[in-house]
Amino acid sequence: MKTSISNIIDRYGNDPVRLMDILLDIQDEIGYIPEEINQKIADQVGISKAELVETVSFYHFFSDKPLGKYTVYLNNSVTAEMMGREKVKQTFEEEAGVTFGNVSSDGLIGLFDTSCIGMCDQEPAAIINGVVFNNLTPFRVKEIVNSMREGEAITEMFKQNYGDGNNSSELVKAVVSNNLRRKGPVIWDPYTPGEGLQKAVSMDPSQLIEEIKNSNLRGRGGAGFPTGLKWEFCTKAKETERYIFCNADEGEPGTFKDRVILTELPKMVFEGMAIAAYAVGAKQGVLYVRYEYKYLKKHLENALEELRKERLLGKNIAGKKGFDFDIRIQYGAGAYVCGEESALIESAEGKRGEPRDRPPFPVDKGYLGKPTIVNNVETLAKVTKILKNGSEWFNTLGTKESTGTKLMSISGDCRYPGVYEIEWGHSIYDILEMVGAEDVQAVQVGGPSGTLIGPNQLPRSLGYEDLGTGGALIIFSESRDLLKEVVMNYTEFFIEESCGSCSTCRNMPVLLRDKLQKILDGHGVVQDIDDLLEWSKTLKISRCGLGHTAANPIVTSILNFRHLYEKRVLRDREFETGFNLADSVRESCEAAGRTANI
Amino acid sequence: MSEKINFIIDGKECQSEEGKYLVDAAKENGIYIPTLCNYEGLKPKGSCRICTVKINGRFATACTSPVHDGMNIENETEELKDMRKQIIELLFVSGNHFCPACEKSGNCELQALAYRFKMMAPRFPFAFPNKEIDASHPKIIKDQNRCILCKRCIRGIKDEEGKSYFAYQNRGKDSLVVVDRKLAAEMTAEKAQQAMDICPVGSIIVREKGWDTPIGDRKYDKAPIGSDIENN
Repeated sequence: MKTSISNIIDRYGNDPVRLMDILLDIQDEIGYIPEEINQKIADQVGISKAELVETVSFYHFFSDKPLGKYTVYLNNSVTAEMMGREKVKQTFEEEAGVTFGNVSSDGLIGLFDTSCIGMCDQEPAAIINGVVFNNLTPFRVKEIVNSMREGEAITEMFKQNYGDGNNSSELVKAVVSNNLRRKGPVIWDPYTPGEGLQKAVSMDPSQLIEEIKNSNLRGRGGAGFPTGLKWEFCTKAKETERYIFCNADEGEPGTFKDRVILTELPKMVFEGMAIAAYAVGAKQGVLYVRYEYKYLKKHLENALEELRKERLLGKNIAGKKGFDFDIRIQYGAGAYVCGEESALIESAEGKRGEPRDRPPFPVDKGYLGKPTIVNNVETLAKVTKILKNGSEWFNTLGTKESTGTKLMSISGDCRYPGVYEIEWGHSIYDILEMVGAEDVQAVQVGGPSGTLIGPNQLPRSLGYEDLGTGGALIIFSESRDLLKEVVMNYTEFFIEESCGSCSTCRNMPVLLRDKLQKILDGHGVVQDIDDLLEWSKTLKISRCGLGHTAANPIVTSILNFRHLYEKRVLRDREFETGFNLADSVRESCEAAGRTANI
Repeated sequence: MSEKINFIIDGKECQSEEGKYLVDAAKENGIYIPTLCNYEGLKPKGSCRICTVKINGRFATACTSPVHDGMNIENETEELKDMRKQIIELLFVSGNHFCPACEKSGNCELQALAYRFKMMAPRFPFAFPNKEIDASHPKIIKDQNRCILCKRCIRGIKDEEGKSYFAYQNRGKDSLVVVDRKLAAEMTAEKAQQAMDICPVGSIIVREKGWDTPIGDRKYDKAPIGSDIENN
């Protein structure tokens, strides 16, 4: 075993920057990262053991304990709950004989919760030994656990066909469905690799940046920063060693559109990276993919290999002498906050995914301290199409301030959950009609970090003028208990995913959650609602977007559904501690083994 | 770096050098911006958020923001003062801070800031979390009850090769500052004292050492935090 570990570390040149890859490989090899080898890894890459543990303990999918021969990560996002997760969870526990968070005593099965895995259109879903199982039911869970007891290989446990498109290709073989419900005019305009890049290299880099600026393309990850401007800032940085990052860490619950792009059109994304590289003179690119999409690894590597053969990556790309660029794939290990661009860079450098202080911005000092562009998957795919068809064409789509199209990830209470490419400017009402949603109580626009809106806001339109979004739309019908099922789940999500660096984001969401629980338990008073709003404000001074938006589920639900809170609070008093003497006595009696006499 | 620039803090005209961190630039002008995770000589980290100001209307941490010509900065506004007070309260309720029993009382920056912000009972409920005291190292004790996770020890206490004695473990609400066992086993008495001094609270304590300065004679017993800057 020992030689194997040192070989793995050797494979990455004993370089602490490649710590994520080293740890991912070790975890693959042994199943976990045993405490007793930490010192050895640390010594070999030249850091202290405590520093190594900083990274290991940060990521959800790294473990210092065995996780079972079969490791089940069952998604706990809102849509999973809506589609029957509770029964699936119970069945797993009953059949495996172990509760969530633990491994069965025989070491066979480990059951764990996990944040959104990008399958909200086919929940309940789980990742078992790196393989996605979707549309789970108690019946299927029994079959799966039986197969585990019989020692079957994980891929033999499928009972359905592989999914559509490349999901069924030799290199993927996943039961995941694309659920591609609407092919729009940009991403699904016919694509031949190299057309965009050929156009790009026929221009000079400054012309190319002008072309992107003229298209008015804005970042599709959610923040909406003008892409051309970002590139231009990068060219103004002093240092000339530059990097292109593609952010494929889509962790916002309810978002899964990048999964479909990476499955069907990875080359379009890589080509976009090469175009960006030409614009700013970068030689190296990194595709940072979330761990949850590890099942796409061979497929993505193959796409890179083919592009190298087609001379669209490597040396003298697209026939342009001296234009050298290549891409490596960096997998994450389970951390929503790594979707923030500077956290993503930290993670790609082998560290904890903690956002950096800004300034400096990544375009000045990013990966390894060098100027770095970080663009979303969808943004880069669109870059390729803008080059192919021209910025004028792109401007004919969408609205004046929001040009082009947006991929929407739609889930929740509707007949046709899935991915839709639509032009900007549609109202939420249009979207609900498109996806077959009726009896709508509320829509979460942009995932938990976005806004919860009610029926009176359905005429609002999608676009940077009104509702800018990364594209997640989760629909809740009248039958849902918004506060208990939705707002609480989202608040828990932010608690789970905080990096813990800022005093505000580490502590405040816990207090907000407890206060919300107090209201749900029937102990709330009007002052508690006002406290929630007031306390939330302090999160706005956190370092990154996660902290800024961690209270959004609570704040936007109070703004748009205040009546749901008012209904639950006590009206006859101004103060209520939430302390119940009888319950507490009962609890302590139980602990002491006595019968309560109250 | 040495270019002179002008900027405004709460209406007062200030001068400094281009690119200097705002906390330091303010200090030169006799203005105190409260800090906790910041420490002279260390790269700023902006993790406690207490030095948050508004620069041209936007929140930013003064310890990490370079000052530029023409900046308009809000510091002592009611909004910011209350947010800072909230942070102090958050740190109090999320740990177990019992000043009368703490070796650092009187030298503690958290305690001193609580006095500055006139904190009485925190508005937030106490969590009284179960935290450990790690007394397994020869030179120091790491008391997690008092740790405010400012990372000063992580950034400041390193060996000759630049390896950290302290590190951040886990994430979110479960975050902890832990000690590297191997390095701590060889820690010198001098390094241990440095670690205790760099800690703004009483989370790192040198072993086998009594209370050598009586209460009443300690740093903030004599002069409230910030007064050295404000009364200069």
